[in-house]
Amino acid sequence: MPADNTSASSARSESAWVRWTLIGGALLFLALFLLLPLVVVFAEALRRGVDAYWTALTEPDAVAAIQLTLTVAAIAVPANLLFGVAASWCIAKFDFRGKNLLITLIDLPFSVSPVVSGLIYVLLFGMNGLFGPYLRSHGIQIIFAVPGLVLATIFVTFPFVARELIPLMEEQGSDEEEAALVLGASGWQTFWRVTIPNIKWGLLYGVLLCNARAMGEFGAVSVVSGHIRGETNTMPLHVEILYNEYNFVAAFAVASLLAMLALVTLVVKSALEWRFGDELAATRH
Amino acid sequence: MSLRRLSILAAGLTLAWLGVAAADSRDALLNVSYDPTRELYVDFNKTFAKHWQSETGNTLNVRQSHGGSGKQARSVIDGLDADVVTLALGYDIDAIADAGLLPKNWQSRLPYNSSPYTSTIVFLVRKGNPKAIKDWGDLVKPAVQVITPNPKTSGGARWNYLAAWAYALQANGGDEAKAKDFITRLFKNVPVLDSGARGATVTFTQRELGDVLLAWENEAYLSLQEFGADKFEIVVPSLSILAEPPVAVVDKVVDRKGTRKVAEAYLQFLYTREGQEIAAKNYYRPRLPELATQYAGRFADVKLVTIEQFGGWRAAQEKHFSDGGVFDQIFQGR
Repeated sequence: MPADNTSASSARSESAWVRWTLIGGALLFLALFLLLPLVVVFAEALRRGVDAYWTALTEPDAVAAIQLTLTVAAIAVPANLLFGVAASWCIAKFDFRGKNLLITLIDLPFSVSPVVSGLIYVLLFGMNGLFGPYLRSHGIQIIFAVPGLVLATIFVTFPFVARELIPLMEEQGSDEEEAALVLGASGWQTFWRVTIPNIKWGLLYGVLLCNARAMGEFGAVSVVSGHIRGETNTMPLHVEILYNEYNFVAAFAVASLLAMLALVTLVVKSALEWRFGDELAATRH
Repeated sequence: MSLRRLSILAAGLTLAWLGVAAADSRDALLNVSYDPTRELYVDFNKTFAKHWQSETGNTLNVRQSHGGSGKQARSVIDGLDADVVTLALGYDIDAIADAGLLPKNWQSRLPYNSSPYTSTIVFLVRKGNPKAIKDWGDLVKPAVQVITPNPKTSGGARWNYLAAWAYALQANGGDEAKAKDFITRLFKNVPVLDSGARGATVTFTQRELGDVLLAWENEAYLSLQEFGADKFEIVVPSLSILAEPPVAVVDKVVDRKGTRKVAEAYLQFLYTREGQEIAAKNYYRPRLPELATQYAGRFADVKLVTIEQFGGWRAAQEKHFSDGGVFDQIFQGR
């Protein structure tokens, strides 16, 4: 209908300058609040040249911090991957009592302050905590050591995978699984050949977000770390220490690694969205 | 690559990584310290490790943890495996002793109240001293912003507070009510309480908040050294406090880890000429008389009250900083 066309196009052309103002405003806002800080991080890190940057990153305490961060993520992410798949499988494919309670519990780490998440573990495993004296008498150290960092990281990154998968799996329903079972596939076969291929991109997306948070977490790990340099300092904690020691180039050098992690996450995430947008759309309710 | 193969690869890499991480273990001592000693112990640990190697042939790796003194004591009580603690004031080690990790008479085990170096509290102001801050009395003026860390978590902050209290008592002929009023007005001028001394210094020097920083003498000198004397200057008040940061071996930990010998040697080395020189170079006041004389020109000559005038640290802590103590009362009344 021509009349409709005209009104639609005039509606667009009328608001042209408004649109550009809004777009310009949004871009300016992004540049100011996201791009500029990012540029500053790299500019500060490279202020004394590439050599100083490299020295800061290869200094033993920095290497230890990078290793520790990777170690913690390498344990926390697979753990949450397993848990997330299991939980969302339960929730999306079956009906049972207490299902809503489970969903609420999964979301708990999102609503609890990270500092509290850390303190929970101090209260549980500290020397004055519930299990602390017993563990100490058996030579096991949880807080102020790597296990505590892993536990705190698992806790704060708990919901990421499950939260991605639950809506996706609910959308897909259990028809395909039922068909597979009717055709004689075992439960295990059904899981690997039907369920996993259906959710793989959503899964990857969840793992990506989970990993980004696991490596970047500050609050919860700060409480359980004990801040022993070269031993229990993850990268974000190491950045704070360097900054407090007036070692700004080194602080921003380590920070730039975290920024690069964020950028890589962003690029992979966009690539996933662009390539598998349809399948991922289900996750965005 | 299929997801399954990917996950197997990831698991393999994880195991390999953990193997590498586990293989890297060395002889180590953990020194849990307060906030501004970072630079001091970087120097001291290097020198001591050399000394230890020449004495015993063993390599030694000293790990450091820094933070507000009270917070650090709390972590040690909660199970942070400190072989030695080098904290900002006696009460924090008393608290660790109360938890049963070392004997209550710890302070008499090493010379000079177990404090191998001392310090005091001075003011750091911006260049030219625009608010004309000369003494404690100037801190309660309405337009002055004072930066100090939180006395609940920071040792330096407790020395700050007690020095201000001592000044107020002296200025008011020993009237406690007036001293309390003075402290109340002082903390009205504090816009933010960091948890440790270094955090407060960064707030003042980097974030450029406030007109005056109440600082450890060593921390103030370090700021001048880091940022140049053209940005800040030190103001020495008419009266300050003799701050004695004590050190102790944590018996329960060293006996479990078998590190007593090296831990004790580490602390004793602080009292040697070499150790005292390192302290003095980092602007801590040395204890050994000949070094104290040698470096006397480095430190301001200021009248100092001692913690004994407050009845010792336990009494001071109980009265001022415990839950519901004077600090809680005046801070809630802000």
